[in-house]
Amino acid sequence: MAHHDDLIATDIHAYLRAQENKSYLRFITCGSVDDGKSTLIGRLLYDSKLIYEDQLASIEKDSKKSGTQGDRIDLALLVDGLAAEREQGITIDVAYRFFSTDKRKFIVADTPGHVQYTRNMATGASTADVAVLLIDARYGVQEQTRRHAFIASLLGIRHVVVAVNKMDLLDFDQRAFNEIDASFREFAADLGFADIVCIPMSALEGDNVITPSENTCWYHGPTLLEYLETADVDGGTLNAPFRLPVQWVNRPNLDFRGFSGTIASGTVEVGDDIIVVPSGKRSTVKDIVTFDGNRKIAREDMAVTLTLKDEIDISRGDIICKTDAPAEQADQFQAQVIWMAEQRLFPGREYLLKTGNKTIPAKVSKLKHRIDINDFSQVAANTLELNEIGVVTLSLNAPIAFDPYSDNRATGAFILIDRQTHETIGAGMLNFSLRRAKNVLWQDLDVNKAARSEQKGQKPALLWFTGLSGSGKSTIANLVDKRLMDMGRHTYTLDGDNVRHGLNRDLNFSKADRIENIRRIGEVAKLMVDAGLITMASFISPYRAERQMARELLEDGEFIEIYVNTPLDVAEARDVKGLYARARAGEIKNFTGIDSDYEHPENPEIIVDTVKMSAEEAADLIVDHLSERGFFNVGEG
Amino acid sequence: MQICGIGPTPQSELAMSLIETFLTRVDALSDRSGQSVSTLSRKLFNDGKGVARLREGGQMTIKTMDAAMNKLANLESEADGRDALRMTHLDRLEAESIHIMREVASQCENPVMLYSVGKDSSVMLHLAQKAFYPSPPPFPLMHVDTTWKFKEMIEFRDRRAKEVGMELIVHINQDGVDQGMGPFTHGSAVHTDVMKTQGLKQALDKHKFDAAFGGARRDEEKSRAKERIFSFRSENHRWDAKNQRPELWNIYNTRVHKNESMRVFPLSNWTELDIWQYIERENVPIPDLYLSKKRPVVEKDGVLIMVDDDRMPIGPDDKIEEKMVRFRTLGCYPLTGAVESEAVTLPDVIQEMLLTTTSERQGRVIDSDAGASMEQKKQEGYF
Repeated sequence: MAHHDDLIATDIHAYLRAQENKSYLRFITCGSVDDGKSTLIGRLLYDSKLIYEDQLASIEKDSKKSGTQGDRIDLALLVDGLAAEREQGITIDVAYRFFSTDKRKFIVADTPGHVQYTRNMATGASTADVAVLLIDARYGVQEQTRRHAFIASLLGIRHVVVAVNKMDLLDFDQRAFNEIDASFREFAADLGFADIVCIPMSALEGDNVITPSENTCWYHGPTLLEYLETADVDGGTLNAPFRLPVQWVNRPNLDFRGFSGTIASGTVEVGDDIIVVPSGKRSTVKDIVTFDGNRKIAREDMAVTLTLKDEIDISRGDIICKTDAPAEQADQFQAQVIWMAEQRLFPGREYLLKTGNKTIPAKVSKLKHRIDINDFSQVAANTLELNEIGVVTLSLNAPIAFDPYSDNRATGAFILIDRQTHETIGAGMLNFSLRRAKNVLWQDLDVNKAARSEQKGQKPALLWFTGLSGSGKSTIANLVDKRLMDMGRHTYTLDGDNVRHGLNRDLNFSKADRIENIRRIGEVAKLMVDAGLITMASFISPYRAERQMARELLEDGEFIEIYVNTPLDVAEARDVKGLYARARAGEIKNFTGIDSDYEHPENPEIIVDTVKMSAEEAADLIVDHLSERGFFNVGEG
Repeated sequence: MQICGIGPTPQSELAMSLIETFLTRVDALSDRSGQSVSTLSRKLFNDGKGVARLREGGQMTIKTMDAAMNKLANLESEADGRDALRMTHLDRLEAESIHIMREVASQCENPVMLYSVGKDSSVMLHLAQKAFYPSPPPFPLMHVDTTWKFKEMIEFRDRRAKEVGMELIVHINQDGVDQGMGPFTHGSAVHTDVMKTQGLKQALDKHKFDAAFGGARRDEEKSRAKERIFSFRSENHRWDAKNQRPELWNIYNTRVHKNESMRVFPLSNWTELDIWQYIERENVPIPDLYLSKKRPVVEKDGVLIMVDDDRMPIGPDDKIEEKMVRFRTLGCYPLTGAVESEAVTLPDVIQEMLLTTTSERQGRVIDSDAGASMEQKKQEGYF
């Protein structure tokens, strides 16, 4: 085998220790059969001496039978596995190959190049960090080169090697190579690759595959293997926000409750504060549990089990994040989709969408356009056929936690499954959510104001009735309450009678106590609004400052000030409760309008003139005001 | 300007030893960080050949050397920080396998782990322990016993199942036993088909498993190289090579209809060398048959077959010899060729494997047919 390291024979223990530090790289090779892709991989395996004698003997036999290389060994035969492929001489599926050097272990996804195998290439690219694109030096950058580069970019590959192959047929002409190099870089400029390396090569002869070629003394870059051995694909990703998609809840007994999964990005340490998306629950990492003992810190790609300090409800499908940068959640997305089935995409049909750890019914609500993968142009389309790529809007049955694919391949990817056949019919990349307004409130209670509002089908509000004693505040408030009740709304009315006798019975009518009275009422009303209720508060509340204080306890639009405007003489003339008479007689001190000021509102939302309209008309006016401003149609459409 | 490099003065000797230490540290950092010396040289001197020149006795100004020393210290401490978070290729393979197993446990209703007692099964079982720790693996082990396995394998199997705390299902094709099926009487192909392939189908049908883990690897054989990790099987356990589900990222489609199933291969991306390295690193228990010792063998058609019990027909020309032998794969003893070897420890075995020039499956009689035969057998339901 390859391992022609002297240490194997002389000191196997030292050899094994050295091998333990090997790193790991997954790459994809693409190009059509004529570009010599299988030959290249055969060459990597052959030159790294990874082919056993018996395999070689069988290949030699086959080379004579079906080979295309005359008396020479046809290296492609090492790679083209399936019987059908050998007969047709093409690679029709993704094949995975393995080889290693002293520095790295490599997993190669060998994918076919023709347009009808776009899905196979996407499959191979989905797990690769580097793409090796083959170009036949004689033909330069072709349509299919663009397609391969595009798919590699679409699937998030950042490192590209352009293997300019068959240089031997051009006598290793430097100018031809430079032209290909320049034209590739030009069209790939917008594809977001972090680095592009072009290598002049002959896979057949082995030039610049593993050893530098004597035929290209003008080339000073790395050989293919040198590049693959040293490419830094790990850099920076550990600084990404922490994501642990929960795959399995680990409950061996009542005392242990762990959350198992493979870390999708970032690092986590014992003691880190975490938040669960989409529920919004928070806790702190207690232990990072593994079979080999607890860890203090864990990183992307490690399969771990977290335990938390608090008993919070987490299940498969949730993503555990650190509180500094939680994942988004949404149920409507824009996404790119690669169609992978013979049956076409039907917008509106319900499919199953599966992310790394969650399966949920979803439909393509709109196909925005198809992408022509040869020139990257947008084409209007009603459907996607096998191997076609489109931009769609997706509508899911429930929100999921996610990151845009460009930020995180692990938490931004999904597949689509047919509900009847269970086939995997599409794969996609989430671009962004289409309903940002529904972002959760990051608080411990996941049943929050928004949820209660949604449940009740109404927007909560505080209707603050202010006006002189006897102006008709309570009468109107009671009528509004009744009307809303008839409409099936959820309400409550706070007034002097039910507050003064209980919560505020320790307060009198001094200025200080009036202020405290209103402060308490404001706080109680805020809780009721938080509970999702349309709340009515009916109090003289003579001072602007206190009404303003109550207003500021609530969110914008929730506080509706209703000035029940009744002139003092009219109110005094009505004197329903006989209070004005007692105030005039000096029996009640600090009576508003008599020996205490009333500061009328400057910009109330509603003014009710009780001289000109009846209490019923006033109630109608208020209910209409709410209706017009959408307080009653939450959750419809 | 002071120059350090070759020279007879005590001062330069000091510089020499400094340079030597520097070069040793660069080499050590290169080993441990996986960065080539020329990459490090670029980082230290802005020149890929700087270190090489220094090694050859080239000269640098003190100022350049000082700066490089500082940079080296920084790179070293960076590497120290990274070490705690380093993942070697074995760590990554392990994590991938664990992810696959957890996915099955979460998504499949009635999974089972097929256990063949070999080294790959041993690694798979070890990974299952890791995947679900501190819980025991939430599925049973199943062994399809052809009744012709090495006795040692059966003892090892029963012991390991008990140690790990998993239920062990042993299935034997009773029809085959009733027909007196055996490799000596019926030939390897018929025996393997009836006792192994048919036996496996019977067992899967009987227990209605919707997912079965297998220890197959993609590097074993060419048609395996294209098989999915979650490999769909029809009601008749058939594999359709040309109509496999696309498998992207680490998102696996586990959905099957009633009576359909998944074969799941968590070791797909491991190579034989990875398996051995992992067994060595983790002290994974494996049967002693993998290690060489004196065993009674008979040479049949150029293959050494161990006399494991008295069902072995010994012809007049057959000679039972005690030889130092071990096995590279384990199966039915009459179908498993022994290799002569002095490898009595695990590192010895790995050493031999690395120096050997024939592939692993060659010892298995079932593979030595035409190139595409494994693909055919798999289509028919062979694991």
